Amino acid sequence: MASRVAVVDYGRGNVHSVIKALLYLGARAELVGAPEMLERFDEAVVPGVGAFADAMARLDRTGMAGALRSFAASQRPLLGICLGMQVLLSTGREGGVTPGLDIIPGTVEPLPGGDRKLPHIGFNSVRWDRPSALGRGIPSETHFYFVHSYAAFCADQRDRLGSTEYGLLFAAAIERGNVLGTQFHPEKSGQAGLALLANFVAMGG
Amino acid sequence: MPLAKRIIPCLDVQDGRVVKGISFAGLIDAGDAAGLAARYDAEGADELAFLDIAATREGRRTFTGLLSRVADRVFIPLTAGGGVTSADDAGRLLRAGADKVTVNTAAVSSPHLLSEIAERFGRQCVVLAVDAASRGPDRWEVFTHGGTRPTGLDAVEWAARAAALGAGEILLTSIDQDGRQGGYDLRLTRVVAEAVGVPVIASGGAGSPSDVVSVLGAGGADAALLASLLHFRQATIAQLKTAMAAAGLPVRPEPRLGTGGAVV
Repeated sequence: MASRVAVVDYGRGNVHSVIKALLYLGARAELVGAPEMLERFDEAVVPGVGAFADAMARLDRTGMAGALRSFAASQRPLLGICLGMQVLLSTGREGGVTPGLDIIPGTVEPLPGGDRKLPHIGFNSVRWDRPSALGRGIPSETHFYFVHSYAAFCADQRDRLGSTEYGLLFAAAIERGNVLGTQFHPEKSGQAGLALLANFVAMGG
Repeated sequence: MPLAKRIIPCLDVQDGRVVKGISFAGLIDAGDAAGLAARYDAEGADELAFLDIAATREGRRTFTGLLSRVADRVFIPLTAGGGVTSADDAGRLLRAGADKVTVNTAAVSSPHLLSEIAERFGRQCVVLAVDAASRGPDRWEVFTHGGTRPTGLDAVEWAARAAALGAGEILLTSIDQDGRQGGYDLRLTRVVAEAVGVPVIASGGAGSPSDVVSVLGAGGADAALLASLLHFRQATIAQLKTAMAAAGLPVRPEPRLGTGGAVV
């Protein structure tokens, strides 16, 4: 039986491309807006584009924040993408300090920019910090597609699964137990991104 | 490793077919749009651009349908444009599967449209298309309505102003070079790339892999848009990337995915 994957819709995600990629891979993916529905799924994906504080306000207001914490505690695979990964951390420093879901300890900080263009848009390479089920079959230094101006930093370096440099080294992928995140967009990274998503879908059993 | 320089095949779409002309005129058929999109994805394109050149409402619906079908199967960034006159138009293309939307003529008459789309959907999805023609040394004029109408605007000033208003990228086409395959307008590209703080996609004139290398290197462009060279199979994306890598430009190679993983 194909894994049932919830794609969390809180009004701030690029939900369509994530759903399309999961369906393409044979997963039974569905958009989920109601927090009480989440528990019916084997796995969950939190997409996201936009601002940290706005996303957290929406997750809190809809009750999805609590539902995601429960889902993470249930040991089922949870994947945050881009802003959806950032909100898994403790704190966001984007226009003030905002508490995140605090499932993985860490902060989200602005990229330094300097003489580099921001946002960081395009294909950049990801170096795996350690082997993982998510990265199985995908070599270190494979390119993935990024679109962001803020970056995640783990408090415990063991949670960092992959890193990328753009002015400084930041967490391109994170993992603590069943909770995973990618700063890049696997659903927009061609064959490498599909391979990573297929690895995630396979975790659902 | 710095950001990879991107190769973006551009599909000008009319009634589901890809067409290509010279300096925006004399269109000839270059194949089925969905088929070409799949081919370029398989060959290693970093992104795809779709331009709707239909003039009718029926044609617009065909275009949106095409975009949606491509987005079901192609998982790289998709840029779409043509006839975008409002934030709602942009929303329609984004819902159909586009990640970015190009705005051209409407932004010249209503520059605030760039800010509106940026506020609603984020500036990362706003691409200003500038069609420019040479008007003397280091002077280029912006044209609208498919390159037919002069505006009196200076292309460099307009690109810089648009970036300040909310454009996240500039798609810069040299009308003089378009479809002629004699090389990009390197001077235009470099002057605009130095004037704006956002990525510049160079378009118009690619006739060989070395033209692409030149515009991404000396021209200072972040991405190269190509049509004729690829549509008519004069070069492959792999050949372009080999030439880019040989010139020391950062490229996204084809991923070497292992057989041990869940590779599709």
